[in-house]
Amino acid sequence: MIATALARGCASFLALSICTSAALAAGGPAVSHFTLANGLEVVVIPDRRAPVVTHMVWYRVGSADETAGKTGLAHFLEHLRFKGTEKKPGNLFSQTVATIGGQENAFTSSDYTGYFQRVPKERLKLLMEFESDRMTGLVLTDAVVKPELDVVLEEENSRVANNPGARLSQQVTAALYLNHPYGRPVIGWRNEIEKLTRADALEFYKRFYTPNNAILIVAGDVDAGEVKTMVDETYGKVARTTEIAPRQRPMEPEQVAPRTVTFADPRVTQPSVQRQYLVPSSTTAAPGESEALDVLAHVLGGGQNSRLYRALVLDKKIALSSSAWYQGTALDYGTMGVSGVPKEGVTLAQVEDAIDGILAEVIANGVTDEEMKRSKDRLVADAVYAQDSQSTLARWYGAALTTGLTVEAVKAWPDRIKAVTTTAIKDAAGKWFDKRRSVTGYLIKDAPRPGEKRS
Amino acid sequence: MILRTLFAAVAFTLAALPAQATNIERIVSPGGIEAWVVRDSTVPLITVDFSFMGGSSQDPDDRGGTASIMTSMIDEGAGELDAKAFQERLENKAIEFNMRAGRDSVRGNLRTLAENKDEAFELLRLALNQPRFDPEPLERIRAQVLSGLRRETTSPNEIASKRWWQTAYPGHPYGRPSSGTPDSVAAITPDDLRTYSKKILARDNLKIGIVGDIDVPTIHKLLDQVFGGLPVKANLRGIPNVPPQGVGKRLTAQLDVPQSVVMFGGPGIARKDPDFMAAYVANHILGGGSFSSRLYREVREVRGLAYSVYTSLSWMQNSAIFFGSTATRADRTLQAIELIEAEIKRIANEGPTEKELAEAKSYLSSSFALGLDTSGKIAGQLVQMQLDDLGIDYIDRRAALIDAVTLDAAKRAAKRLFDGGLLISVVGKPDAVAAVGPAN
Repeated sequence: MIATALARGCASFLALSICTSAALAAGGPAVSHFTLANGLEVVVIPDRRAPVVTHMVWYRVGSADETAGKTGLAHFLEHLRFKGTEKKPGNLFSQTVATIGGQENAFTSSDYTGYFQRVPKERLKLLMEFESDRMTGLVLTDAVVKPELDVVLEEENSRVANNPGARLSQQVTAALYLNHPYGRPVIGWRNEIEKLTRADALEFYKRFYTPNNAILIVAGDVDAGEVKTMVDETYGKVARTTEIAPRQRPMEPEQVAPRTVTFADPRVTQPSVQRQYLVPSSTTAAPGESEALDVLAHVLGGGQNSRLYRALVLDKKIALSSSAWYQGTALDYGTMGVSGVPKEGVTLAQVEDAIDGILAEVIANGVTDEEMKRSKDRLVADAVYAQDSQSTLARWYGAALTTGLTVEAVKAWPDRIKAVTTTAIKDAAGKWFDKRRSVTGYLIKDAPRPGEKRS
Repeated sequence: MILRTLFAAVAFTLAALPAQATNIERIVSPGGIEAWVVRDSTVPLITVDFSFMGGSSQDPDDRGGTASIMTSMIDEGAGELDAKAFQERLENKAIEFNMRAGRDSVRGNLRTLAENKDEAFELLRLALNQPRFDPEPLERIRAQVLSGLRRETTSPNEIASKRWWQTAYPGHPYGRPSSGTPDSVAAITPDDLRTYSKKILARDNLKIGIVGDIDVPTIHKLLDQVFGGLPVKANLRGIPNVPPQGVGKRLTAQLDVPQSVVMFGGPGIARKDPDFMAAYVANHILGGGSFSSRLYREVREVRGLAYSVYTSLSWMQNSAIFFGSTATRADRTLQAIELIEAEIKRIANEGPTEKELAEAKSYLSSSFALGLDTSGKIAGQLVQMQLDDLGIDYIDRRAALIDAVTLDAAKRAAKRLFDGGLLISVVGKPDAVAAVGPAN
């Protein structure tokens, strides 16, 4: 779980100056942060317990930066960036990573695209040579682009088309955003993925892949000084290729009508109901508000003592399970979600009514001191548990920095959680559990009728 | 977020050794309980992993799912604490505790902030020594399990997997689904769970790994307090040693999904077999977890037939297999299967090349450290090394064991692993499975 609010610390980065914020985190790693002359931001997170490093490059580009009609392009390009450069042709990069005993992968979200390798620490410089080379040096031919498009279509099959629950979630998200591109699936709409081309990918690459749109994160058995030397000799030599326009996406109009979406599929054996509310993200929230939403989500849905589980599963015995979540790591909007899975013989309406009852109760009376304390302790403990994994820490920082937050904001997040009050939680519930800004999704079984044509 | 592949490498080896992981202590408590321990106070956490041999293969014949439900019930009340009170005590201190059942063992994991260790150890003691198995949580969990079983009936992955295991191990506990069947799950009583836990939760089938910010006296206390009161001996029934059956068969099942799921496999090589390491290397070259295996290249990269394709070795107490999986669109299902069969035949007949062998050995040696960079991974490894009876110095010896694999050994192992034919299980649209073989 990651969430942070607006904060300013090492924010006005002097080119080539190292700004270390060691003293800020009680017990956490001494995170360093600096920016190169070409605009590349660098974050170093020491973890000296094992001779391993995690090397990640995050770009401030995701599916919400695609132009209309080209959904899936950010993710497709992510796949294509493994196809080689002029200097390092074909799959030489992947082969090298494998031979040195490394692991690699990449990921795409609405707001960011990231690439990472995990390797024995003495190989870090070699990775930097490869990764800095493909920052601007990608070469694509139709011979490699066309099979990869098929791979992405199979990925869409695996993740979405074969999975009724995923198809409902896609429909709910699409309905939640009336205007903002967060409504598009990150993987894209299948009819548009099918039409993506090499030219589309290269155009997108040239628009967004440049050191001044990227953040390098190195976590592991290193110190900032040695990383800086290696970075100067690799990434430091990559010229910025373009200027990046401000990320201004079409924003939501006032939302005035609750929406419902029903997805029916013959393969559904277990119906369920979910609701998502449009709420502020960590980046857009008023001070303290996203932290209050973090705690509120935990009080409602975290574990067997949560409000929803106690009411729906333990007391009323109408549901098999329940959940609540706050997804606040985003540039423009966050989402708050609740869900329930009815027991046999119970309708979705009964479960939804019970969820609404719990939300109304929290809006009217807030949460108890005990509930708040338990949830805050758990969230603060999560920040300690995260220190046990360099990959997790690297992801926290990468996601924060690509969605408009700062290193200091991440480090101070536990303190801001501790500062949340019951009043702030009640206010947040009252303000943001507004059905007019929500979509309720139902997953139901549908028996095909004779003669009816389905996909 | 979308990962490029679901199957990132999970390897086991080393070149550069984590200092902490080479410093494994064998600690025996005054009461005679042994644990393998890595102490490190960098982060104020303690992780305890443990395993009791047993697992779903010890389920009574007409009570499939007992081990699975027992592990789900272990944190649903113990001693004087009912389920609600027990969960409250865990959550109030942010203590993470869970257990799960495998075929051969039940595994448990406890994670706590060091400052909450006393409470964490006391709750673990209660759970293992005085589980309540109250009717209320049992009915709740039974309903969740039955719902899960209903979902599995329309999941292509679950259908394909169940049919593969049923056919590979007819009449054997490994052929039964660990989660049970609707009938067997409906029949399980609190007494069944009590009987099962008394047979399995004992001291002579127990392996423990501990990692984190903890000193030796505290470890002694923890071991005796938590595990010292368990019965001395487990009461396990004998399970026959068998190889997987059904090699050469193609199982097909119809389901209206756009993408067919294909699972395949055959006899493997035992963990103690002298050819094991050579087999491990050969499997890595064919379909192991990097972006450069033969199957990854031929099935995914060159032809775009699938998003994921892999093979792995799996070793159990009483059998060993190699197992692989992919998923591909309906109209290319047969093509994908034939391609995989051809690649498997090719590596069986020709073995790997010198270059492939060198690259695989390099990968498998160097990547080991990556599997030892969190407390949870290290604790899991400490338990696994004990289960596999590898010796406490295994981490120091492993690179040499890999390095010693010759091209002849890799060829021999590839032949042994991949020359016997495949049991294939396919689930997909009628047209896709009709092309693959007869419905059966």
